[in-house]
Amino acid sequence: MATLKELSTRAGKFSGGHRLCPGCGAGIITRQVLAAAKNPVVVGCATGCLEVSTTIYPYTAWNTSYIHNAFENAAATVSGVETAYRALKKRKKFGLEDTEFNFIAFGGDGGTYDIGFQSLSGAMERGHKMLYVCYDNGAYMNTGIQRSSATPLGANTTTSPAGKVIPGKTQYRKELTDIIAAHYIPYVAQASPSNWKDLTRKVEKALSIDGPSFINILSVCPRGWRTPEEKGLEIQRTAIDSCFWPLFEIENGVKYTVNYKPKTKRPIEEWLKPQGRFKHLFKPENKYLIEEEQKRVDNRWEMLLQRAGEI
Amino acid sequence: MGNRIALTGNEAVALAMKQIAPDVVAAYPITPQTEIVQIFSQFVADGDVDTEFVTVESEHSAMSAAVGASAAGARSMTATSSNGLELMFEIVNIASSLRLPIVMPIVNRTISGPINIHCDHSDVMAIRDSGWILLFGENAQNAYDNLLMANRIAEHQDVMLPVAVNLDGFIISHAVENIDIVANEDVRDFVGDYYPEKYLLDEEHPLTMGPVDLQDFLFEHKRQQIETLKIVPQIVQEISDEFAELTGRQYEFFEKYKLDDAEIAIVAIGSTAGTTKAAIDNLRERGLKVGLLSIRLYRPFPADAIVKALSHVKAIGVMDRSESYSNTGGPLFSDIRAAMYDAGETAKIINIIYGLGGRDITVKDLENVIGRVKEVQDSNQIAEKVIYYGVRE
Repeated sequence: MATLKELSTRAGKFSGGHRLCPGCGAGIITRQVLAAAKNPVVVGCATGCLEVSTTIYPYTAWNTSYIHNAFENAAATVSGVETAYRALKKRKKFGLEDTEFNFIAFGGDGGTYDIGFQSLSGAMERGHKMLYVCYDNGAYMNTGIQRSSATPLGANTTTSPAGKVIPGKTQYRKELTDIIAAHYIPYVAQASPSNWKDLTRKVEKALSIDGPSFINILSVCPRGWRTPEEKGLEIQRTAIDSCFWPLFEIENGVKYTVNYKPKTKRPIEEWLKPQGRFKHLFKPENKYLIEEEQKRVDNRWEMLLQRAGEI
Repeated sequence: MGNRIALTGNEAVALAMKQIAPDVVAAYPITPQTEIVQIFSQFVADGDVDTEFVTVESEHSAMSAAVGASAAGARSMTATSSNGLELMFEIVNIASSLRLPIVMPIVNRTISGPINIHCDHSDVMAIRDSGWILLFGENAQNAYDNLLMANRIAEHQDVMLPVAVNLDGFIISHAVENIDIVANEDVRDFVGDYYPEKYLLDEEHPLTMGPVDLQDFLFEHKRQQIETLKIVPQIVQEISDEFAELTGRQYEFFEKYKLDDAEIAIVAIGSTAGTTKAAIDNLRERGLKVGLLSIRLYRPFPADAIVKALSHVKAIGVMDRSESYSNTGGPLFSDIRAAMYDAGETAKIINIIYGLGGRDITVKDLENVIGRVKEVQDSNQIAEKVIYYGVRE
């Protein structure tokens, strides 16, 4: 793994002065991911918080080449860029034959789990040498906190509001990391910026592979989660210690490795409690949802440990 | 040296793509364009062309990947038809606004619903206001020639806009014609290499493409796009003249057929122009002074040149193979009427909407249509502004 000094010299690929909210996870993630890339990078970004906040014309926060095309097509767009690179390298144009580039697509859970899902699946199946990074903050935060298929059970969003008869989102989130692993691509992982060493190692590994890779990264959204700006990474740690957001990787669709096992698994309440979006779950009539979520998290954790050969 | 061979329209398009050998092709099959994708795949599989071919999972991704490839610095192409074009519509607009010189044959087919795989122009008319340069032709030779000129037009440093080359589904795409082929080396010399000024893979000069463009700048960027379209016709003509020097085949903004002394004119787009010529020949033998204006460059619309070519006629029948659902006739009709009105022309103009969903139109039908325009000329009155020809009422 790159040393801290090396990482710090590469951190300038994504500069400050962008207009992401204070405490937003997407900026931290982008900086950590790009710092882990030692080659020049072309970034493709789906429409979303990261995109609207970093390229307000005539300014850009990107010191790498960057393209935003639309909401649902970051993967297809970057697959085009990567194909162009191979084509131009083969034809010895622009002097590219002596270069090495990395291709990274960024999308939120809206642009990745939902509207961009087909584009992502297609790009992974075709085997482009690219890393797709999902910063998963669990709702369409850019348009004002609407539910997505990554929104956790019970969360209060503006399209799954906690009302008098419906207690927030009534469905479980889907496990996109597993779905992408089912493409049997070389490398799939789940990470969190609170565990930056793990994240950096995963990005390095993903970029070293001659094929597609996908990393799903939990990303705090103080506006949507209703959490204090300065507490983001601390709250993300409870996601990991409660096993709501396990850190793991899957190679070639089958080889599971759990990268972090909490010494004592913290109850799901510790993850839910500090977040305003789950506040209503602590009313007596909604307690059953917390129990259901605990069961779901426990089962998934056990399944992961089994697949990793840990139990 | 070139030679003359029998090809379908789709085969001619695929051959032109092989001869151009773009850096990247990203495409998805759809009837009646499918053969282009299949034939080109075979060229790649046999090593006849070293283009990187991306077999995307949808037309939306086809145009998205073409945008990515073009932005990266590659000459990139795709091809589509009908609902495929409608699926990529969002990115069609992004391609032109990012000023990416993507080239795309469109095999014209009606759009759903109801679903129908046959020819009309409702697919391309839905992108007529998307900032693409739209070329048409009446046969496979035109499609082949337009495609060989398309990259030159798109990539011209004063243009940098995408170009769509249209050919009628089945009528052109699946019919066999004898086509004059340009020799490979002549195509290579004519089309040349593509080296854009700005591209994503320029390590020394990182580039942000597709930024957020708010109230303070977007209008200026749109204005630049509009101003560029004003000079496009001139560049299309320059490149067409150069093509004529190479092949002897001269193309203009439109083709005039027996129009100069005509009193009645038909305006048409696509394969119907060929059918109209046969009808004109028949009626000219009977002494009727009728001619044709067949549109090749539809966007940007060469209004002044069209008005000049039609200024002497008394009555005009505009043939539209699509509807605009406005109660004011088809899209070509609106364009022609607006152009003539602006110029103070007083010719009577009617609209003939025909052939939707691939309904056949024959020489006899065109003679009937011309007869209807003659009635307008004789009476100097428009009894029916929009005629739906060949439909059971």
